[in-house]
Amino acid sequence: MRSRRESVISHLILVIGAVIAVYPALYILVLSLSEPSGRPSALGVPRSFTLDNFAKAWTDGGFEAALMSSAFVAICVVLVTVTLSVLAGYALAWLRVPFGGAILGVLLIGLVLPYEGIIVPLQAMIEDFGLVNTSWALILPQIGLSVSLGIFWMSTYFRGLPRSLPEAASIDGATRLQTLTRVLLPAALPAVMALALIVFLYTWNDFLLALVLVPDNPDVQTAPLSLSFFAGNRKMADSGATAAAAVLVALPLVAMYLVLQRSFINGLLNGALKE
Amino acid sequence: MTALSTSPGTRRTPRGPRRTAPRLHRRWDWVGLLYILPALVFFSVFVLYPLCQSVWLSLWEWDGVTAATWVGPQNYIDVLTEPDSRKALINSFVFIVFYAVLPAAIGLMFTGIMARIRIHGLTFFRTALFVPQILSGVVVAVAWRYMYAIDGPLNALLGQVGLGWLATAWLGEFGTALPAVGSIGTWVMFGLCMVLFLAGAQRIPAELYEAARIDGAGPIREFFTVTLPGLRREISFALVLTTTYALRNFDVVWNTTQGGPGDTTIMPSVIIYKAAFNTRDYGTAATLSVLLAALVLVVTGLVLFLFRDKEPRR
Repeated sequence: MRSRRESVISHLILVIGAVIAVYPALYILVLSLSEPSGRPSALGVPRSFTLDNFAKAWTDGGFEAALMSSAFVAICVVLVTVTLSVLAGYALAWLRVPFGGAILGVLLIGLVLPYEGIIVPLQAMIEDFGLVNTSWALILPQIGLSVSLGIFWMSTYFRGLPRSLPEAASIDGATRLQTLTRVLLPAALPAVMALALIVFLYTWNDFLLALVLVPDNPDVQTAPLSLSFFAGNRKMADSGATAAAAVLVALPLVAMYLVLQRSFINGLLNGALKE
Repeated sequence: MTALSTSPGTRRTPRGPRRTAPRLHRRWDWVGLLYILPALVFFSVFVLYPLCQSVWLSLWEWDGVTAATWVGPQNYIDVLTEPDSRKALINSFVFIVFYAVLPAAIGLMFTGIMARIRIHGLTFFRTALFVPQILSGVVVAVAWRYMYAIDGPLNALLGQVGLGWLATAWLGEFGTALPAVGSIGTWVMFGLCMVLFLAGAQRIPAELYEAARIDGAGPIREFFTVTLPGLRREISFALVLTTTYALRNFDVVWNTTQGGPGDTTIMPSVIIYKAAFNTRDYGTAATLSVLLAALVLVVTGLVLFLFRDKEPRR
């Protein structure tokens, strides 16, 4: 039967694809849990088990400070970006704001602009502000780089809500802010959550800004930067500890992803598709 | 242009022919600007202003210490003629193939096979295929350094299937480094493309497939007449995402090869970093920054234009 064969082939392809997508991550997980003498076999089967590598990475690589610093930066960026994006997205979607179209047009640049395009003057500016090697050196630019995505995200979502919602509120005499916080925001909560997750993901995973803006202060270095230094210094000499460090950096996000995977995937895929 | 405005239909929005959003008030709402202002301040200070400065800096030769010299377009001429920056720009296009074209082609090919199948366990496959998207570029780079290591799984796998003579230090050899780093990008992006296209294909009405089959279309014609046009928006979104990622790639390249061996995997982002923060050649760094930003904007615009909706929406 043609369709039965197609079904088997399709599922086979999906299984192979899934294995390829997950294998490198699983391999470093197994490597991080293996004793130096008992490396996993080439195909990833564990031969031994230990947590020593994590202890070594934790103390030698300063990952306690790095993970705390990453979490602080990401949470600050998420809170501010989401708040500002909700306000601006609401105004651009529902209020007759002058120059609204032009503002959206300019923000469009921010959606695709690579950090590399601004990193040189940005570094000079942060240095002028005296903020190099502080958490603010990452938080402030990350907000600026995230709000364009956030505003498009929220205004698209607000636009999709039924008109009757804010109209009913305005008949009841609610101010703009009341309409937003009491009527529209509760209805947009899933979109706000998804936006928060994605901004968290991008901020947590950033490498270039951290490398340029907080290069010399171990206390505020973010987790990916610490991992890069840790892996670079050791030159693969202690692969177990390096792998453990990589697992430490990835773990918070992977845990969030496994719990909230639907929001993550829908967020990464659908939000921009609606445009 | 205050007070009463013209009818909303005559206002142009930057996003094509779509209708403007429903509005609550007839008059311009100046207070509404206050809602946008805070976000706009962050965006202007930390994105727009540095972007303009990049353009301005690119017209000077400056080492950050002595007085800058006005050189006009000379930096651009230098960047386009010097071998290493030319190599970096060429590599960018190679990366577009590995990061964007290949994943999209893989995604489309498999979606074509699976378009009419009821997939069991789709949630599980989605979750697994999406894992590379969640990992930081640094984690990806570290993981693939082990994958490609001389005693790593890739070479072991080749040995198992009798191709052991192919084994090499993939990231360290002149001939293999660029495709090896590029393939990392294919790995990061193929799952995203598959999930995106599969989801899109599920939304194509079944009648279209039936109609095609009644017309006697085989699987290949069906793919080109039904599946491919039905996925236009998904393809366009995937290509924007993947080409942007390919062009701005820094973390994966920096943490695997740093542009080496030699200049085989050099990228504009690597030159920008080295010029600005190692050799203090701000003019060159800014020039490449501007070219890179322009390239991203042009490629994005091109993709959006080529895959635009030809018929009016809704």
